[in-house]
Amino acid sequence: MSVGVEIPFRTRLAMFVRMLAIQGSWNYETLLGNGIGFCVEPALRLLPGGQGGPAYRAALARQSQYFNAHPYMASVAVGALARAELDGESPAKIERFRTALCGPLGSVGDRLVWAGWLPACSVAALAAFGFGVGTAGVVFVFLGLYNAGHLALRAWGLSAGLDHGMKVASALGEPVLRKSPPYIAQVAALVGGVALPLALDRVIGPGRALFGVVLAAVALGGLVLGRLHGRVEGWKVAVGLLALFVLYSVVR
Amino acid sequence: MIQLLPLALLGAVLGLDVVSFPQAMISRPLVAATAAATLLGDPVRGLLIGATLEMFALETLPFGASRYPEWGSAAVVGGGLFAMRPDGPGTFAVAVLIALVAAWVGSWSMVQVRKLNARLARARHEDVAGGSKRVVEGLQVFGLTADLVRGGVLTAALLALAVPTHEFVLGRWGSDPRVSSAVVVSLAASVAAGAVWKVVHAAPAARWLLLGGIGIGLALLATR
Repeated sequence: MSVGVEIPFRTRLAMFVRMLAIQGSWNYETLLGNGIGFCVEPALRLLPGGQGGPAYRAALARQSQYFNAHPYMASVAVGALARAELDGESPAKIERFRTALCGPLGSVGDRLVWAGWLPACSVAALAAFGFGVGTAGVVFVFLGLYNAGHLALRAWGLSAGLDHGMKVASALGEPVLRKSPPYIAQVAALVGGVALPLALDRVIGPGRALFGVVLAAVALGGLVLGRLHGRVEGWKVAVGLLALFVLYSVVR
Repeated sequence: MIQLLPLALLGAVLGLDVVSFPQAMISRPLVAATAAATLLGDPVRGLLIGATLEMFALETLPFGASRYPEWGSAAVVGGGLFAMRPDGPGTFAVAVLIALVAAWVGSWSMVQVRKLNARLARARHEDVAGGSKRVVEGLQVFGLTADLVRGGVLTAALLALAVPTHEFVLGRWGSDPRVSSAVVVSLAASVAAGAVWKVVHAAPAARWLLLGGIGIGLALLATR
């Protein structure tokens, strides 16, 4: 654990709040780079010479260059890079470290959040909907579950980065980060399986008369799209088919 | 038109959530469509179309620089349209289709904002390389503002086009309401089933858990 310059609570809070806007200037050239500089900036004010000093300006310039990572896991980078700057590590070492962080923080975040936590929370909310939970309840299930994980991950990432600095790789070995995606996927599979028929039943309205046909169509459609994954985007196929149906319904 | 203003403001805020701030997923269709319909006094219809759009959205996860649909303003358009009209044979199908098209247009508009951000970042490169706090923060604030404006303008424009289109199509609707509803739900649930499989297939025993879950769901339906 790094024991350099102490970072006041207000600075940590400012970094955390800024992290919620880390993708504010996302673009195809520097990707998340400017956002990293924006989030690290409150900590850089603690460098010798203070805000606007040569050390501050050099560090802010370094931290605002190209960077790519998952937006929530970027909190690990924000904390670790702030700590590295405050510990007075050499610019070359910080730049190498910065480059090395991109890959792992992207892949861990994508697996854990985009391919794990988000769909799991989505199917949990669809299950609540299918079980007949009311409007506020369904929204609360989704936002409550999702953001409990989301905010905890950002807070943990910042704290781990600030605590470990350039040794933050050890924190990325946390069992929760490494082992939880398959468990989350298993829960999503079970809950998703329960949710689909129940949600379908609640949303179908007058189509209930054709429920058996709908179930058969979903089984076939889901199987085809599942087998074709990576080759076609189901929602685009659905847009085309739905557009054809609307056209048919208007001109018939 | 006065009715569209609160929806445009909601679209702006929810469009911003998709990527820029705070990515708390208030822009997911389940939330966004419900919020839009709640503004128009019918949260239950918002939840119905929100759940349907959420099934489509399950397939489109916001991985890195990939291009994905913008569900925030699209779900506001879909939820708003569905809540504005009384129940009719094609109301649901047309509102869902318009929301899906809106998500596609929204995706294009996000790319334009990203290109604009890139142009500005290129123009300010020297200042950033000089460690200018004002420029680093300015780029961030500009990007956030541009995205907020994008969501608002997009929602207003799409609603202004979609409301008369919805009316026009529904005035000529000739399909049976049962078939209309069955088609939409079949498509949404097929996409969701494929998406769940895509997400979970690599996990141990996922196939059996998914099939078991479907079995439990069907058994629960049979006992209702």
